[in-house]
Amino acid sequence: MQAVNTPIQENEKLNANTNEAERKPSGAEQMNDSAAKVGKTVGKPFAKHPKMTMRNVDVFYGDKQAIHDVSLDIGKNEVVAMIGPSGCGKSTFLRCLNRMNDTIEICKVSGEIKLEELDVYHPKQDVVPLRARVGIVFQKPNPFPKSIYDNVAYGPRIHGLVERKTDLDEIVENSLRRASLWEEVKDRLHAPGTGLSGGQQQRLCIARTIAVSPEVILMDEPCSALDPIATAKIEELITELSEKFTIAIVTHSMQQAARVSHRTAYFHMGKLVEVNDTKRVFTNPEHELTEAYITGRFG
Amino acid sequence: MDFSQIFMVMAATIAMTFFLGRFRALKLGQAAGGRKSLNSLPAYYGSLMAMWCGIPCFILLALWMAFDDVIISQAIMQELPQAVLALPDSERGLIFNMISNIAENGARAGAEPYMVTAAERLQSLRETSQLILIACLASLFLIIMVVIWARMSAQTRARVQVENGFKWLLLICASIAIFTTAGIVFSVLFESIRFFQSVPITEFLFGMEWSPQMAIRSDQVGGSGAFGAVPLFAGTLLISLIAMIIAVPAGLMAAIYLSEYARPAVRSTVKPLLEVLAGIPTVVYGFFAALTVAPFIRDTGGLIGLSVSSESALAAGLVMGIMIIPFVSSLSDDVINAVPQSLRDGAYGLGATRSETIKQVVIPAALPGIVGGILLAVSRAIGETMIVVMAAGLAANLTANPLDSVTTVTVQIVTLLVGDQEFNSPKTLSAFALGLMLFTITLVLNYIALLVVKKYREQYE
Ligand SMILES: Nc1ncnc2c1ncn2[C@@H]1O[C@H](COP(=O)(O)OP(=O)(O)OP(=O)(O)O)[C@@H](O)[C@H]1O
Ligand SMILES: [Mg+2]
Repeated sequence: MQAVNTPIQENEKLNANTNEAERKPSGAEQMNDSAAKVGKTVGKPFAKHPKMTMRNVDVFYGDKQAIHDVSLDIGKNEVVAMIGPSGCGKSTFLRCLNRMNDTIEICKVSGEIKLEELDVYHPKQDVVPLRARVGIVFQKPNPFPKSIYDNVAYGPRIHGLVERKTDLDEIVENSLRRASLWEEVKDRLHAPGTGLSGGQQQRLCIARTIAVSPEVILMDEPCSALDPIATAKIEELITELSEKFTIAIVTHSMQQAARVSHRTAYFHMGKLVEVNDTKRVFTNPEHELTEAYITGRFG
Repeated sequence: MDFSQIFMVMAATIAMTFFLGRFRALKLGQAAGGRKSLNSLPAYYGSLMAMWCGIPCFILLALWMAFDDVIISQAIMQELPQAVLALPDSERGLIFNMISNIAENGARAGAEPYMVTAAERLQSLRETSQLILIACLASLFLIIMVVIWARMSAQTRARVQVENGFKWLLLICASIAIFTTAGIVFSVLFESIRFFQSVPITEFLFGMEWSPQMAIRSDQVGGSGAFGAVPLFAGTLLISLIAMIIAVPAGLMAAIYLSEYARPAVRSTVKPLLEVLAGIPTVVYGFFAALTVAPFIRDTGGLIGLSVSSESALAAGLVMGIMIIPFVSSLSDDVINAVPQSLRDGAYGLGATRSETIKQVVIPAALPGIVGGILLAVSRAIGETMIVVMAAGLAANLTANPLDSVTTVTVQIVTLLVGDQEFNSPKTLSAFALGLMLFTITLVLNYIALLVVKKYREQYE
């Protein structure tokens, strides 16, 4: 296993100058005038070996701006957690990364989003190969009305990743094992995926996503519908997955963010307030709004 | 005063008992120490009162309405002169009609004296009957009201009782549909049995020839007739098949276009336009089929050297298919829209294209509803009459060639029953046998559909 903290240590120098821009003012106050306080992103939004780079991203739903000028990197094999009060734009931002927002008619995205050298929003960029490289797991488990096997095999099939049935069997088994679901379902691979419990369904959806071997996995509150045991399993899984994949996870649970992520990004009313090493965010946040949020004063 | 007026007065009175019950409950509540000590909200006591007063009175009224005329007419008939009583049934019926006419509109020329007397008697009997009815209703109502008033207490579980009453009301409404169906089945069944007494059931089911040209009235001479229904069902099948071949793909794809591809503005204009197709009277489709489509098919057929009859199964089937498109598309569109967006997102998120998502995720998820829509369309096609009468002809050919003229079960039923018929001839009765068969087939079809849908549900829900 490659040392988990490498990306973080490397980020240190890169982000050094941004830290200067804003100093932490003391004493958090009410949410009312908080929008004015957001200002420029503080902390370390950039990574040395970025897998995905976002620069000056704005997102509009019709006339309403949901994301204001967000710049952020997600490093290779890094887990970045996104936290913030409900409605602050976490899901919206996450969905920009593999252009899931294209399915929403009124949603307009501007700014630059790159997956390594690939311009995600380039007019000629086809979303199909992009989404094969950047997979997404949703808040509510949404297995297809197909068998467990077909659910996992769906991605490899449509992308033509396999030639023989045995290869497909192997991918299915591996993905299910990785999602720690194999033991529970190996005897009923051909039963409908919708017949599983909520937690199993969510792990099935994760297996389905990793079956196409994406480079980046986006997760939008993947555990919000699950019990603590299933949640623990998925958190374990995220840690394991980060050896191979790059992960961006939206969560409402600070403990979860603290447990699984390397860096944490705090969003507030469509703006990116602070990005820092997870430990730092939860022990000694740089921005007063972050502090107010994690100490539970609002959100 | 007639029944409808009695009904109105009664309904108004019963509505008032609601307030009476509510008032009583409020009083009870006060006595027991405030509204809170009541078992249910006062309105429930009101409904309870209205329910108990209303139901028995309405039942009495309904029974009276059902039997009053029969009993009175029996009484009148008994008093008619011997000579009239000796007449056959149908003529006595006519005489009774004349009597009641006189009773309602006054004597006319040609009325015999005994009729006038009978009419007066009828009138007075009717009036008495009504007086008795009103007296019965009023006393029944009062008795119940007093009993309920006396027995009502703060502990009465009015809410539960009203709930039960409501359940029964719903049950009764549901059973009306079932009883009607049963009634239709039995009426058709009995006539069919009479038909099968003169034509063996095997001949009807498996006979290959249909030509019901028997003597229509007993004083005519005519052929002996052949009642093999196979050509008719084959014709029905052929035309329905052609219609479905048109309607299912077109309807389904229209639905997919509307729900997945069309912009909201396009959708909101195209969908109503498509549904207009369903509103066109079938006779108009019939014109179109007979005057435009059929000649067109005949002429094009002629060009490439095919002999097409001027009334062809193809013309009828094509037009019927167009008529059915909105059934398929509208229902499918609804179920496709009901497929949760999260499923689509799941497929898009894996990098599926739009058409892959539709084919592999949306359609399978919507399949039960789509199958339902298609089966509805099939029974529409099987039952459709007008287009076929106008465009497919009357000749009962047993053929699988869509360019030939064929006929269908419904068309034959129509031709058998229009015009003067003697109701005992097998020719007329065969219409009922055909109806029964048609009914059975649609029933089986629906049953199969339910099975399919259920099996699918078990698998995927
Ligand atoms: N489809 C949409 N159309 C219009 N506005 C939208 C749409 N989706 C989101 N928004 C708006 O964009 C803003 C951000 O929403 P988003 O779903 O990204 O919030 P979130 O941070 O994910 O919240 P939560 O934690 O509750 O999931 C909200 O103000 C929301 O009202
Ligand atoms: Mg969200």
